[in-house]
Amino acid sequence: MRSTEPRLLHPVAWWVWATCLAACALRTTNPVLNGLIIVVAGFVVAWRRPDAPWSRSFASALRLGALVIAIRVVFQIVFGVRVPGTTLFTIPEVTLPSWAAGVALGGPVTAEALTSALYQGLRLAAVIACFGAATSLCSPYRTLRALPAVLHEAGVAVTVALSFAPQAVISARRVREARRLRGRRDRGVRAWAASAMPVLEGALDRAVALAASMDGRGYGRPGTMTPSRRRTVSVLFLLGVVAVAIGAYGALDAGAPGVLRVPAVVLGLAAVLAGFALSSRTTGRSRHRPDPWRAPEWSTVLTGLVALGASIVTPTAALHPSVSPLEVPMVPMVAVLGLLVAVLPARLTPPPPALVGASSLVVAA
Amino acid sequence: MISFDRVSVTYPGSDRPTLSDVSFEVPEGELCLIVGPTGSGKSTLLRAVNGLVPRFTGGSVAGTVTVGGRDTAGHTPRELADVVGYVGQDPAAGFVTDHVEDELAYAMENLGIAPEVMRRRIEDVLDLLALHDLRDRPLSTLSGGQQQRVAIGAALAAGSRILILDEPTSALDPAAAEDVLAALARLVHDLGVTVLVVEHRLERVAQFADRVIEIPGDGQRVVIGLPSEILPDSATAPPVAVLGRLAGWSPVPLTVRDARRRAESLRERLAGLDAATFAPVRAPHGARTVSVRGLRAAYGPIVALRSIDLDLHAGEVVAVMGRNGSGKSTLLEHIVGLRTPVTGRIEIDGAQPHRFEPRHAIRRVGLVPQDNAVLLYHDTVAAECAAADADADVVPGRTRRILDRIVEGIDPQAHPRDLSEGQRLCLAMAIVLAADPPVLLLDEPTRGLDYGAKRRLIAVLSSLAAEGRTIVLATHDVEVVASVADRCVVLADGDVVADGPAREVVVHSPVFAPQVAKVMAPQDWLTVDEVVAALAVAEAS
Repeated sequence: MRSTEPRLLHPVAWWVWATCLAACALRTTNPVLNGLIIVVAGFVVAWRRPDAPWSRSFASALRLGALVIAIRVVFQIVFGVRVPGTTLFTIPEVTLPSWAAGVALGGPVTAEALTSALYQGLRLAAVIACFGAATSLCSPYRTLRALPAVLHEAGVAVTVALSFAPQAVISARRVREARRLRGRRDRGVRAWAASAMPVLEGALDRAVALAASMDGRGYGRPGTMTPSRRRTVSVLFLLGVVAVAIGAYGALDAGAPGVLRVPAVVLGLAAVLAGFALSSRTTGRSRHRPDPWRAPEWSTVLTGLVALGASIVTPTAALHPSVSPLEVPMVPMVAVLGLLVAVLPARLTPPPPALVGASSLVVAA
Repeated sequence: MISFDRVSVTYPGSDRPTLSDVSFEVPEGELCLIVGPTGSGKSTLLRAVNGLVPRFTGGSVAGTVTVGGRDTAGHTPRELADVVGYVGQDPAAGFVTDHVEDELAYAMENLGIAPEVMRRRIEDVLDLLALHDLRDRPLSTLSGGQQQRVAIGAALAAGSRILILDEPTSALDPAAAEDVLAALARLVHDLGVTVLVVEHRLERVAQFADRVIEIPGDGQRVVIGLPSEILPDSATAPPVAVLGRLAGWSPVPLTVRDARRRAESLRERLAGLDAATFAPVRAPHGARTVSVRGLRAAYGPIVALRSIDLDLHAGEVVAVMGRNGSGKSTLLEHIVGLRTPVTGRIEIDGAQPHRFEPRHAIRRVGLVPQDNAVLLYHDTVAAECAAADADADVVPGRTRRILDRIVEGIDPQAHPRDLSEGQRLCLAMAIVLAADPPVLLLDEPTRGLDYGAKRRLIAVLSSLAAEGRTIVLATHDVEVVASVADRCVVLADGDVVADGPAREVVVHSPVFAPQVAKVMAPQDWLTVDEVVAALAVAEAS
């Protein structure tokens, strides 16, 4: 099954895989599992990341995760709910007026409270790492292309948005340099604030130019779909996405009523699929060299589902280690094995194509 | 293929039409060149062909534009996408995907072309434009000329029988420009594609044109005709045509090849004269103003400058030339102190420019960047000038006086964005000159300038140098280098490969030689003015 010919994996496969891992992370506060999820995502990224500008986002995702943990802990120390237990240290308490009775400021900081904050921060960091992995494993443009044609309507907004961030960084640098060339300060808060307007102006100009280019190249040409069918498809998609969202919430929150779980997901998926079926034949678009869906794609999706399944069958107590009283988190073998399966795509998928002569490329400066 | 019938375009908020009462027809399979001064409405005319004007710009269009049998009033740009391909000034701004092959396929996907056909057409386009080595490359790693060819290929792959291009070579070095123009010529000759192109540098494109549309501006009538009818008398004639007119050749040649055949007698008349003595006289160079030693710069793994040693002197006009991406802009940015040298040292007045406080930096060295609009923040020219006076801490009104010296009659209440390219360059120069820097750097100052504006720029730069300033211009424009530079530095792959008097460096280079030098070789005349002065002497004796 191991595939050796270099090619890019279908973006949907990576997204399903990453979403499964993220769902695993959302289901648990166990630091062992969440740490493992980050390691698994990082390992696969290290092995299968293509050499492209967008594929360097995983490191940023990790940094963002670390920031989230830090913020979560600081908030817990300053504003957090006071959990009784072993007091580590006490910070001065501020007595708030009666209208802010629900909020506590300062007071004793317990090991239990800190641990709980750490666990929750780590969970968020793991989710961020999963999506960071997906964005660095597949090109955003390829992902867009994989979207069904009917969702293509939203594509113009996404394409403009995708080009916005890198362009804004470049134009912010140029505007700041221009300030220096005029003899104004190029550092400090005021310089940044003063450059906001020209940067936005530039970004807007670019967005219009890009939209004009897309239009001039036939983007959004009317297909053969009748307006009434277009409306039906939109409604089906909307209902489907809402139902899937509710179902996902039910699946993630153990306390949700059972009817919200499987039936909602099934219903939603059915509606979405019906929308695809209705729309796919009538959009008048075609696709050049569509990404193939072969064994590596199936196995990637499967490993993700295995990890999620393993997490679902693991008892709640193992997924949520108690923080009050503090206890050493359990290591649920089934869930761990499931996550270890999710690392297999690092070997099962084909390697990304190497960039020809990547080292000698000249970036148009 | 393209027909304009009494077309007028008026932009919102403007009391005069940008184009008025334009009528012409371009038959199939011709390369039609649009010429005219900046701000005369060339881009507007071009974008009206596929309906981007007025649909993306606002304003109103009167009259009928018919393209490939469809009129633009009843069809949106997206409905015209299968007959017209549009390539804008900055191809990178129009890229929708991040990958060469995807970009070529994009328009075809939108048109719903069958995958097998798409596959075959992409291969054809890759071969036709010599892009096959680049098919798997991310677009961001391509050079300017390669990006331009991809953009043309993307329009072509969609099956467009009409290509419209807005200044396709303005950002390109001479070699890349020739690649792009040769590709266009092949499309016209072999495939019968109709091409409509706006270009300022006629010396590059005039030889390929089958027909010329001249937009004289100032409300005069738009005329269409053969290049040999229109170009010789136009204000925008390329140097070779000007030379031909002066020498009395008829018909006036438009290509270097035609001119060379006729130039034999001219060369004989001028034989024995030293071209250098007819160049404008410059004061001898003064003291050293800038010294660069062992400068190295890199963007990640890509080395932009290897080890540069350079001395610049007062009163010198230095042209920095080289391919796209050869490190010209990087060198200028280091000299002005925007970047900190990784290794090596730059000194201006014995201090390192990146250490200067911005306030003091502008008194020592000024840079007019390539996209000079980033220097302009304010709503009116008057406000911009007042702000420059305040920034430079000089008497109010000084910037305006400098501006009036460079160019006359810019409306103080005009918005800087509404100025023509040439006027905006002058405003940016005036702002930089307000602090009276002894060293002035200009990055690609001639981009988008017509011949008239270039002539004014050359005069201004000469007088600034005569005041004892050091002028450095990074440029691809060999004609401007020939007219104004007295020293030429050529960069390649981050190294200085040539540094010497402009005449020596430029004349015998197949890439950098100006048209007059090509016509007069092996004699080393650079400009029409030199030939004129020499002819006067030859007649007298």
